[in-house]
Amino acid sequence: MHLPTAHELSEQLNRGETTSVKLTQQYLEKIERTEPRLHSFITVLGHEALAAAEASDRRRAYELPKSPFDGVPVAVKDNMITKGTKTTCASRILDNFVPPYNGTVVQKLQDAGMIVIGKANLDEFAMGSSTENSAFGRSNNPWNTDLVPGGSSGGSATCVAGGQVPWSLGSDTGGSIRQPAALCGIVGMKPTYGRVSRYGLVAFASSLDQIGPMTLDVEDTAHLLKMISGYDTKDSTSANLPVPDYAEEMRKGSLRGKKVARPKEFFTGEGMDAGVARVVDAAVEKLASLGAEIVDVSMPHLKYSISCYYLVATAECSSNLARYDGAQYGYRTEGAKNIVEMFSKSRAEGFGAEVKRRIMMGTHALSAGYYDAYYSKALKIRTLLKQDYDAALKQADLIVAPTSPIPAFPAGAKADPMSMYLCDIFTLSLNLAGYCGISLPAGFTANEGLPVGVQLFAGAFEEVKLLQASYEFEKALGVVGSRLPAVVG
Amino acid sequence: MAITIADVEHVALLSRLELSVGEKERYAQELSDIFGHVEELNKVDVTGVPPTAHPLPLKNVFREDVIQPSLPNAEALANAPAKEGPLFKVPQIV
Repeated sequence: MHLPTAHELSEQLNRGETTSVKLTQQYLEKIERTEPRLHSFITVLGHEALAAAEASDRRRAYELPKSPFDGVPVAVKDNMITKGTKTTCASRILDNFVPPYNGTVVQKLQDAGMIVIGKANLDEFAMGSSTENSAFGRSNNPWNTDLVPGGSSGGSATCVAGGQVPWSLGSDTGGSIRQPAALCGIVGMKPTYGRVSRYGLVAFASSLDQIGPMTLDVEDTAHLLKMISGYDTKDSTSANLPVPDYAEEMRKGSLRGKKVARPKEFFTGEGMDAGVARVVDAAVEKLASLGAEIVDVSMPHLKYSISCYYLVATAECSSNLARYDGAQYGYRTEGAKNIVEMFSKSRAEGFGAEVKRRIMMGTHALSAGYYDAYYSKALKIRTLLKQDYDAALKQADLIVAPTSPIPAFPAGAKADPMSMYLCDIFTLSLNLAGYCGISLPAGFTANEGLPVGVQLFAGAFEEVKLLQASYEFEKALGVVGSRLPAVVG
Repeated sequence: MAITIADVEHVALLSRLELSVGEKERYAQELSDIFGHVEELNKVDVTGVPPTAHPLPLKNVFREDVIQPSLPNAEALANAPAKEGPLFKVPQIV
């Protein structure tokens, strides 16, 4: 038995073997059964989802489906704006916020007839690597519920890995799609910056944030990416480029003769769990056995990516989160005597500890006397990092990297913020460069049987090349569908 | 570089965050650790390196200045913590 993929469900719907109402009911039942153990969701949309499913079935019976995926359920991370449905960002400061409009990706899902079944849990404002920073409690890893699922898109990972929904959307600012995908044994992709509109994605770090698919296999990632990609007049940073039929293009490539760069800085073994390293090394060998040429390269500035990232991301966050002031929406403190007191108390009471920490880091890095030493310096290091990527991608078609240095870890194990930031060592630099990357299930640790991910990166708007390699690599790895987690709907 | 309680108070004021005494002490320690780590960037020679503020080589992005419908007043006010008539209501400003 394996969990059904969205493309399989789409085929069943297209052949008339099931209905959207049946599917939606089944998934709602799965959620009801497993949610006490997984806690994937902040909001589950029961009757709204069923009403949308009924409308989808009527379209299939009497009109035309809006897309091949009309009627397939999907979950979105709760930092994507949904009209009429609470959007909290897992923060107290937005716990009663009901948006008056849809984000572009949510609108695109609905335009394709898909059924948004829930708003998935996350670290508050997508800041974290475990979902422990959610104001509404952490999500649990379906492979072992004592462990975290990773983050920040942890709920988007657990709902897919735990079979509560066939696929979901996450957002990735420094690895927030890829790391939880790896820790939960699913596929997670960060598209090139600009591939997917950010309109209606609650901003954390605007030059790094990107929405992407979290799915059971590469084929689903290709389908979902096509659905959400494209130019949007409401996001001036979205790319005005055609959207290929990724699922079709994906089948046309071969790894034979392709060059895959292996940056030595990603394979030093330092801080790396031995069980994870064994799985990743075996995956790299598999790439070679498929006919890819592994090219050893050096990307000398990768070691600075954590410092660079935490200056750039927090600077942007301190600016973006200035909008939460209790004036127009969201939480407001009681009884403030003047406006400054209202701002300062609303923010103090509404934000959690990590969000406050990052706002202060960013404010410090941007403040008079420190701007040149920190923010301006980080932007120059960002240039050097990007040049490292460009040099590697000049020598090779793709880059291979581990996703996380460690498998899923117990809650509370990374209480010191710096130790949590170090978990993102293999993912952050891709966002700084802006290029696309994917984490694929590579295997399981020998001792604990926990999932391990491996990443492939490609250049700007080279999603087709990335998916072609991933599709073949995934089949050779043979991990997808091979084992079911302990908790499954 | 050590970040003092006074530094934390200054940054908290700029950030409009009211902090407890315990929070100030904790953040002084944590921010010192983090900015201590960040000091490693001083090892890199960035002479002549241009900054990258944004991953795409975008210049100005223009569009036609066409009037679009905006959010109706009632919807814009629907999430307001306090309102009066067609306006957001806040405590005294000046």
